[in-house]
Amino acid sequence: MRIKLSLGILLLNIIFSIFPLYRIEAQEPTPSDDEVNAIAKQLYCPVCENIPLDVCPTQACEQWRGTIREKLALGWDEAQIKEYFVAQYGDRVLATPPARGLNWLVYVLPPVVILAGAVVLFRFFRSWSAKIDVEEPALEIQRELSHDPYVARLEEELRRRDQSGDV
Amino acid sequence: MIENVGYFSLVLTLLISIYGAGAAAYGASQKRMEWVESARHAMMLTWPLLTLSSLALIALLVMGRYDIGFVASVTSNTMPVYLKITALWGGQSGSLVFWSWLMAAFATAASVRKWDRDREFLPWVIGVTLVTIAFFLVLVVLFENPFARLWQTLDGRQIQAMFQPEGTLPLIPIDGRGLNPLLRHPGMIIHPPMLYLGFVSFVIPYAFAIAALVTGRTDARWIRITRRWTLIAWLFLSLGLILGGRWAYDVLGWGGYWGWDPVEIAAFMPWLTGTAFLHSVVIQEKRGMLKQWNMILIILTYALVIFGTFLTRSGVLSSVHAFAESEIGPLFFLFIGVTFLTSVSLLLHRWKDLKSENHLDSMFSREALFLLNNLLFLGILIVCFWGVLFPLISELVSGQKVTVGPPFYERSVGPLAGGLLLLMGVAPLSVYGRTSWKRLGWSMWKPAVLALLLVVVLFLTGTTSIAALIGYGLVALVALVTIYEFWRGALARHRRHDENLLLSLWRLAGRNRRRYGGYIIHIGVILMALGILGIELFQTETQGTLARGEQITLGRYTMIYDSLAIWDTADGRNMARAVVDVYKDGKPVGQLYPRRDYYYDAQQSVTLPGVRSTLEDDFYVILVGWEPIGAQGATFKVYHNPLVNFVWAGGLVFILGTMVAAWPDRDLEVIRRKAPDRGAVVRA
Repeated sequence: MRIKLSLGILLLNIIFSIFPLYRIEAQEPTPSDDEVNAIAKQLYCPVCENIPLDVCPTQACEQWRGTIREKLALGWDEAQIKEYFVAQYGDRVLATPPARGLNWLVYVLPPVVILAGAVVLFRFFRSWSAKIDVEEPALEIQRELSHDPYVARLEEELRRRDQSGDV
Repeated sequence: MIENVGYFSLVLTLLISIYGAGAAAYGASQKRMEWVESARHAMMLTWPLLTLSSLALIALLVMGRYDIGFVASVTSNTMPVYLKITALWGGQSGSLVFWSWLMAAFATAASVRKWDRDREFLPWVIGVTLVTIAFFLVLVVLFENPFARLWQTLDGRQIQAMFQPEGTLPLIPIDGRGLNPLLRHPGMIIHPPMLYLGFVSFVIPYAFAIAALVTGRTDARWIRITRRWTLIAWLFLSLGLILGGRWAYDVLGWGGYWGWDPVEIAAFMPWLTGTAFLHSVVIQEKRGMLKQWNMILIILTYALVIFGTFLTRSGVLSSVHAFAESEIGPLFFLFIGVTFLTSVSLLLHRWKDLKSENHLDSMFSREALFLLNNLLFLGILIVCFWGVLFPLISELVSGQKVTVGPPFYERSVGPLAGGLLLLMGVAPLSVYGRTSWKRLGWSMWKPAVLALLLVVVLFLTGTTSIAALIGYGLVALVALVTIYEFWRGALARHRRHDENLLLSLWRLAGRNRRRYGGYIIHIGVILMALGILGIELFQTETQGTLARGEQITLGRYTMIYDSLAIWDTADGRNMARAVVDVYKDGKPVGQLYPRRDYYYDAQQSVTLPGVRSTLEDDFYVILVGWEPIGAQGATFKVYHNPLVNFVWAGGLVFILGTMVAAWPDRDLEVIRRKAPDRGAVVRA
């Protein structure tokens, strides 16, 4: 009886290996890990420092990812889940501060300062350029005298460098 | 005994540093060279004394003297000796000693140089470096003493103190807590020393700048003296940043190398101003311009070096309250404020002496383009500085903590970095002095057209991302211009001297190592840019839980879960190691072994990815979790990282270029002194 059973199992194995009934694939939980991570990536661990929720290895973050999965299963969308986390743990769970109140400063200040720097630089250019004399600087004259401007510049620079002891 | 020697040596160094700084200032103000010499000797004493302290601390770490609080916090019985040694910079107080030791080494190196040509700088260079050393030693001696012993009070509390407090008993744990497992990695052994070396070596150019301001020698002399120091500082800082990225990629297990974490940004900020400085000093040397600006940049760099250390050491990043409770945080703040204000006052005092000797002749000249380059570097600095500071301001003002994460930095820095790439393509073809946009356009139309053609080809072959098309177009432009520069230079020499082309190239680069070293650095940057664009724009990922024999497919790769083994290692770890078979386009390409190590001493896990690396891409597998019983099912996170290895290859080229640029030339002044007639002939 035991031999017959073994032979039966062996036969079934051979048949399944020759004619597989299904393709072996990863088990797809509902919702999938990728759906959970797509949202977790945009949230930050509420207790760790500067670690996105999708890669945070702590037990607490594992549970928070579980919360995202539960909410997705209930049919919540991305915005609702993010709102839920903000309500629970504050704005710090978002990857960037929401653009309201004091937070506007984080977005406004850098471009304003950089633009101000650009304006100052442009004014420098303009004021300096206005002072230029008509005559050409010596370097330029040297260059014009040569047939190949690049060769002339290169040789001139190397010659001057050797002379000046510019090490 | 050893701890007493180490501590006594620290205290002595502190006293000597204070004396040296005072003697240097007194000697300079009273014109008493014997005092300055005495200060110089004091400075030269700091390094041997701090070496003694560091060796004492290393001895305690290796011996496993757990009655010393620092030793108990960063080592354990199971750690190998090399990790016990590197634990010196694995904790706060040890890293401050290490910082001071490196600073003293650089200060000593600066003090033994030939000073006969610029003796008036000497007292102020000594003063600035010794004040910096003294500040760090105050922190170590008074607040973060690594030699403090552990004591237990009668009510069971543990305290740390150098000498036995009343009503306590010595506490000798049988084992330590061990080094943070994330730091037990070869990258972490080298990364912090490189960063610290970068930090401390930037103090030397700053010290010379202050010496120039105090003495009024505001010509380019201080810049010539410190050029190599600056390049070396920049080399170490760059190396530290690249190694830090590699460590993050190998150990942190999130598939990336740069997370815009405030600690990373703390090291990046002085690098930004240092890079701007390296470019703008060229203009001062060549054209006598931007003297005020160069002073501002080196003062900023020094302030950011201290600020970076402050950010990582004061607890301010976890919260402003932790900062307020920290003993060293407010001191850092005070030191940064005092040194910054003093430097700015000196600069304002000399402002008129630092006026440009030349005017800007054209908006398309190299000077103008270098200024634009500086604006962009400073723009990135502003983004980084504000991004790090804003959460603290928000917490202070509204009590609300916020996160300023990668999306903010990527959106802000991306266009500025694109602008820098464009300048890297344009500036090498520009000339100093008067020029016009027509001349510049004529120089660069060929590489520009070729780069545009490449963009068209990329578009026609399926690349539709605007960022990728712009990015790769700029990379192509810089690559073509840089190669063109090498080619033009070599060809010019080849024609003039009738040399072999390769020999011409070699001699050309050898005679102007700074320029061609710079171009090699540019090649390194474009290689890195290729990798950054690849991973930032085209990285894909997926996650799945598999039973043995099941598979995950990502792009052209397929991974089949083969087995998982869990065991205890001799060095105190519990290792869970999966075996997965990897296929590319259906063909087997090898096995990977992603694993998770749990360290019993530190009670912490480290996730180590299994990575298949080629120049084309990385297939990067992380073991996220597994079924504890029978180990039948396991969860894997898988990343496909296109072109990421160009980041590391570019990093190597970048470092090579910096070494070429910093390589010492023969001292031409000495050569001329030996052969004065030759110089006369040349000038005639």
